[in-house]
Amino acid sequence: MKRAIQEKIQPAARRQAQTGLILAAPVFLGSGIFFLIPFCLMLRYSLTFGIGGSRFVGLRNYREVLESPAFRLAAANTIRFLAIGLPLIMALGLLLALLLRQKLPGAGLLRRVLLLPMVLPVASIVMLVQILFAGPGILNGILEQWGLFPRQWLNGPESFWVLVGLYVWKNCGYNVVLLLAGLNMIPEELYQTAELDGAGPWAKFRFITLPLLIPSLFFGFIFSIVNSFKVYREAFLLGGEYPAQSIYLLQHFLNNNFRNLNYQRLSVAAIILFSVIFLLVGLLLWAQRKTEA
Amino acid sequence: MRRIPAMFCIPAAVILVAAALAILLPVCFTLLGSLMSPGEIEHYFGPVYEGTAEETVRLHLLPDRLSLESWYQVLLRRPDYLIKFWNSLLLCTAIVLGQLTVSCMGGFAFAKYSFPHKQVLYYILIILMLMPVQVTLVPNYIVLDWLGLLDRWACLVLPVALAPFGTFLMTQVFKSVPDELLDAARLDGASTGQQLVRIMIPAAQSGVVSLALLAFIDAWNMVEQPVTFLQDASRYPLSVFLASVNSENFPLSFACGVLALLPVLLLFLFFQKELVQGIEFSGLK
Repeated sequence: MKRAIQEKIQPAARRQAQTGLILAAPVFLGSGIFFLIPFCLMLRYSLTFGIGGSRFVGLRNYREVLESPAFRLAAANTIRFLAIGLPLIMALGLLLALLLRQKLPGAGLLRRVLLLPMVLPVASIVMLVQILFAGPGILNGILEQWGLFPRQWLNGPESFWVLVGLYVWKNCGYNVVLLLAGLNMIPEELYQTAELDGAGPWAKFRFITLPLLIPSLFFGFIFSIVNSFKVYREAFLLGGEYPAQSIYLLQHFLNNNFRNLNYQRLSVAAIILFSVIFLLVGLLLWAQRKTEA
Repeated sequence: MRRIPAMFCIPAAVILVAAALAILLPVCFTLLGSLMSPGEIEHYFGPVYEGTAEETVRLHLLPDRLSLESWYQVLLRRPDYLIKFWNSLLLCTAIVLGQLTVSCMGGFAFAKYSFPHKQVLYYILIILMLMPVQVTLVPNYIVLDWLGLLDRWACLVLPVALAPFGTFLMTQVFKSVPDELLDAARLDGASTGQQLVRIMIPAAQSGVVSLALLAFIDAWNMVEQPVTFLQDASRYPLSVFLASVNSENFPLSFACGVLALLPVLLLFLFFQKELVQGIEFSGLK
C-alpha cells in the first residue's frame, strides 16, 4: 500500500522537479555562461603567468597585487569609503524612517520624493556636482563670501567626502523604504503594552523597535554594500580613469588593469574583491541567523 | 501613529524638509536650467567649464528670460541627441523585456516548484547578484569576446537581461501568491505556461511592474558596460554620451540632462507605488 502511494507520488514529484528546472533553465544558463564559467577561467588566470595562462605560478600573482602600491591605495580608499559611508547611510536612513512615521510637516513631501535621487541619470547628477563643487563652483563662491578659503572639492582629499555625500544622497531613500516597511510590521500593541508598563521613548526604541527591525536593517545593510560599489559611476564620470588620489577605488584599479589588458592582475583583484564580499555577506547571514535563534 | 515629545517636533520637521529640499533642488535646478538660453547658461555657469576663470559662479535658479533655445538646439538642430535618446530607449526596452521573461520563469520555479539542490542554487544566485559590476565585467567580457558579440548592441543587452537580480526579486514576489490559486488552475488543467501568464503574473502585477521599473532605471543609467564592451565611442548610449556633452557643449547639458531625465522621471511619477513595493519585496525573507 505504502509503496503504491510512493510510486504514484514519485512521478509527480519528478515531473514537478522537471518543470521547475525547465523554468529556471534560462537564468541558470545565463548565470553559467556569463558568470560561473568565466569565473573559473579567471581563477585559472590568477594562478598562471603569460598570455593564455601558459605557466602555473601558484600564488605569486596574488603576492604581487597585494604588494603593489596602486592596489593598496585602492583597497584602503574602498575600505575607508565603506567604513564611513555604511554607518552614515544606515543611521540617516533609520533617523528619516523613524521621523517619517510621525505626523510632522514635511513628512508627506519627503515620502513622495524619497526615491527620486535613485532614478536620476548619473550624467545629470555629475553636471550638477560640477557646478556645485568645481574650483570656481557655487560652494567655493559661498565660502569666499564668508571669508573662508575655497577648496579643491573635486581634485583634492575633499573629493572623498563629496563622493560619500553623493552616495548617501543617492541611496538613502532605498534604506528608508526598507526600514519603513519593517517599522510597519511591528504590532502597535507592543508599544501600548510597554507604555502601560511605564516605558519611555528611548526604552521603547531600544527594546521594541530596534530588535524587531533587525531583519530590515540587515537587508538595508546588504543593499547599501551593493550600492556602494555603484558610486564608481559617479567617480568615473567626475574624475575619469585617474581621479584624485582619495577616490581611487578598487573599481578604478580593476578598470585600469582591464584597459591595459593585464588579465592576471585583473583576475587576482576581482577574486580578492569577490572573496571579501562573499565573506562579509556570509558573516552577516550567519550573524543574522544567530540573533534569530 | 506614535508621537514624539513636542520639543523635538520642530527640529524633526526641519530635518525632513531639509532632506526633501536636498532632493528636490537639484531636480528643479536642472529643469529650470533647460529653460534658460545657452547664452544665459554660458554667462552664469561658464567659469566652471573654462577652468581658467578666477571668479566663482553663483547659484542662479530662475531663468532671467524663459527660452526654448536649448530645446530647439537639442531636439531639432542636433539630431544626434534625439537619435541617441531613441536608441537608448530601444536598448533599455530590450533589456527589460529579456529580464522580465527570464526572471518570471526563474522566480516561478524557485517560488513554487521543488527541485534538487534548490536552496544551494538560490544562494549562488544571491551571491552573484551581490557582486559589483566590476567583478562580473571581466567574465562577461571574456564570454562576449568568445561569442563574437563585442561592439554590438547584443553585448549590452545579454549580460544585463540575464542578470540574477530579477529572478531573486520575482521569487520573493511570487512567494506571496497563495498556493490555492495555483492549485485551482492546475485542477482546471492549465499548462505551466498558462499558470505563469494567467495566474502568477496577474496576481503579482505590482511586483512585475516594479521589476520592470528597477531594471529600466538600471539599464538607463548603465555606464560600466558600454565603456568596457564598446570600442566605438559613437555607439555609446545616452548615459555615457551625456557626460561628453557636459564637457563639449556645456550650455546644452541642462536640456540634454532633462531629455535623459524625462523617461525615468515620468515612470517614477506614474509608478511610484510599485517602485516602493518592489523595494519592500526585496527586503522580505
